Amino acid sequence: MRSIRRLLFFLVLSGVAACGGSDDGRESLSVLNRGLNTEPESLDAHKARSLQAADVLRDLGEGLVSFTSTGELTEGTAESWEVSDDLLTYTFHLRPEAKWSNGDAVTAEHFVFSVKRLTDPATAAFYAQFLVDVTELRAIDEHTLQIMLKRPTPYLLSLLTHPSTFPMHPGALAEHGDGFARPGKMISNGAYVLTDWVPGSVLTLNRNEYYWNNANTAIDEIRHHISSQETAEYARYRAGELDITSSVPTDNFEQVRRDNGDELHIAPYQNIYYYGYNLSKPPFKNSPELRQALSMAIDRELLVEKVTGRGETPAYSWVPPGVDNYEPTVFAYAPLTQDERNQIAQTLYAEAGYSKQKPLRLELRYNTNDTHKKVAVAIQSMWRDVLGFEVDLINEEFQVLLANIRDKEVTQVFRSSWVGDYNDAHTFLSILQSQNAANVPGYASEEYDALLLRAAEQADLDRRRLYMEEAERVMLADHPTIPIYFYVSKHLVKPRVAGWGDNVLDYHYSQHLSLKAAE
Amino acid sequence: MLLRLLGAIPTLLLVIVLAFLMVHAAPGGPFDDERVLPTDVAANIQAAYHLDEPLPQQFTRYMAGLLRGDLGPSYRYRDYTVSELIGSGFPISLQLGALAMALALLVGISSGTVAALKQGSMLDRVVMSLAMTGISIPVFVVAPVLVLLLAVKLQWLPAGWSGESGFAKFVLPVITLALPQIAYIARLTRASMIDVLGCDFIRTARSQGLGSKAIIRVHALKPAMLPVLSYMGPAIAAILTGTVVVEEVFGIPGLGQFFVRGALNRDYTLVLGIVIFYAALIISLNLVVDILYGFIDPRVKQR
Repeated sequence: MRSIRRLLFFLVLSGVAACGGSDDGRESLSVLNRGLNTEPESLDAHKARSLQAADVLRDLGEGLVSFTSTGELTEGTAESWEVSDDLLTYTFHLRPEAKWSNGDAVTAEHFVFSVKRLTDPATAAFYAQFLVDVTELRAIDEHTLQIMLKRPTPYLLSLLTHPSTFPMHPGALAEHGDGFARPGKMISNGAYVLTDWVPGSVLTLNRNEYYWNNANTAIDEIRHHISSQETAEYARYRAGELDITSSVPTDNFEQVRRDNGDELHIAPYQNIYYYGYNLSKPPFKNSPELRQALSMAIDRELLVEKVTGRGETPAYSWVPPGVDNYEPTVFAYAPLTQDERNQIAQTLYAEAGYSKQKPLRLELRYNTNDTHKKVAVAIQSMWRDVLGFEVDLINEEFQVLLANIRDKEVTQVFRSSWVGDYNDAHTFLSILQSQNAANVPGYASEEYDALLLRAAEQADLDRRRLYMEEAERVMLADHPTIPIYFYVSKHLVKPRVAGWGDNVLDYHYSQHLSLKAAE
Repeated sequence: MLLRLLGAIPTLLLVIVLAFLMVHAAPGGPFDDERVLPTDVAANIQAAYHLDEPLPQQFTRYMAGLLRGDLGPSYRYRDYTVSELIGSGFPISLQLGALAMALALLVGISSGTVAALKQGSMLDRVVMSLAMTGISIPVFVVAPVLVLLLAVKLQWLPAGWSGESGFAKFVLPVITLALPQIAYIARLTRASMIDVLGCDFIRTARSQGLGSKAIIRVHALKPAMLPVLSYMGPAIAAILTGTVVVEEVFGIPGLGQFFVRGALNRDYTLVLGIVIFYAALIISLNLVVDILYGFIDPRVKQR
């Protein structure tokens, strides 16, 4: 008996001893605690994919071009560039003072090496086709890089801010192979270095002393805490353990807004929330009237005001507002009142062959999530009130929904979304091209494809824009999807954090931030 | 004993086969995402991870690796192998589970004993009601409430795991995890202790002048512990599964969290690796419990 009690006592003691650590005199360091809602699947920029991985990668690395805190393009590792008259050759001049975290200089060859590895099938990179319009990268000398294009690509500079285009250090890869993206092994050219990674918990980044702009990096240490539960993250923010959250709980949003005032940052975000139609099967296959009717019967203003209520904007176009050099085309019926739209919707519904005696039988699928459920329930009641049919709501686990969407067997209407990869309308318009794998409704319009192709051939930016806007008009009239609203980014930021810039890409580089001294 | 060990191997094999089939039966794959990949990029990645091979071939490949001790790379966390993730998560879950078990045994056995000694009194009724409450309220209700109260409002304890480097971060998760077990063990102990205290040999000891404390310590506790010991198997299993919710709420990077994420991410190798690890663990623990049983109660015949 005594021995069992002793054993228990020893267990408790060892538990206490094993985890008793101490803050090893790091009080003099300035530390920023950020919330990250998903663990990065990799910090090898070629094996990464998620937005969260890109957030951390942007602190660790730097591309030719970068963004300011308010989302404007600015010089990165390249200090200047020229474009040829035919817009097919870009020449970048790298900063001579750009260095890796081990003191080596960053050279043009490192960019060439990186893109070679990105496109190499053996790497199995998710963004392998990101630079599909680039025919060649050439290192003219140590600090001059030339990029040759197939056709004018106005968004090339935007592409070159993406982590998959960051340079790679050949030495690190030679020494550690594919396992280089770990603390102590990784060599980075950005403002920070990876010093620790506890899987599932926290990533610790420390100042890269060799970074060319290190003098302007205010904070010494960044900790990205992985916090997948919004409510748990909010609790940690309120307890003072996090300075910045990655999101805000959707329940009791009004309460959160009231309690936190200026600390709540809501900003437009280039991300569309939409319902897709399965165009390969009835009832939507050959029924443009029905597709339009369902879209018109939704009161988007009511949805964003009363159901989601976080500052989202109703979507009457496919491309979000705020995209560079583009004015989204809107539905022809956008200027009408909701009552007028409802009337037209009812007429179209009847034209499609449905009535009170013969109502539409429909299934709406969405992935398990509070917001999606609320939106679906609201839309269900709108369709019931205006058109007189009851849609079946089916919520599925995310992977199951994705598989169903891909198989196109059981889906009819399903919820989806799309985030822009770069600041140009092309990233939104291209996914509805008939051959694009991300074309989940299965939209196939020769006219649309042709217009986008013409747009891609234009050297004149204004003509290109006109073709894209016309393409969007054509597509919207076909109603392959129901755009519902455009997202907002939402963060809580403590008052002691300075330099936070709301921007439509939701990029927040840690090097732009600083901590105000405590009063 | 040796026979029992050998018998465990087919069990483990069955677990592996079943888990493999189940994991691949779930719709979706490790590389599916809303941001759909271009077709040839997707095909290339599937091939790189041998997911385009027929299932039996994939299984043989996995078993070959397993026999070499290689649990494979994580399909989702491409910088880490499954062994590394298990090696990172298990010590944390173990600490959590062991502390919770220790707390549960300590508090459960003492309160159950006290309740048994004071059977029928107000104290007995209070303890048993608390126990009932502890069993009834789910972990995912208790945890956020405790966090709100003790971490956010009173700021006595940390709300998350990754900010603190001391012992304080264990307190809330361990209490949350232990509560249902305290309740079960208290009730078990009380019932069992009442039984034992009614036995002849206890009456004999009392008639010989032994006080309550001595009676409990020397004569009653060991036999009363038998049901508790039998409960250890399911208790450990309950704590293992309980860690999943607790780890999720507190953001603790333990095996439970990796398991759930692995399942949701269709990270086949990670899920399989953890299943095999847990299976081997539980099989060995059952063996240990069997042996312990023989030591505690000499009346149990050794087979």
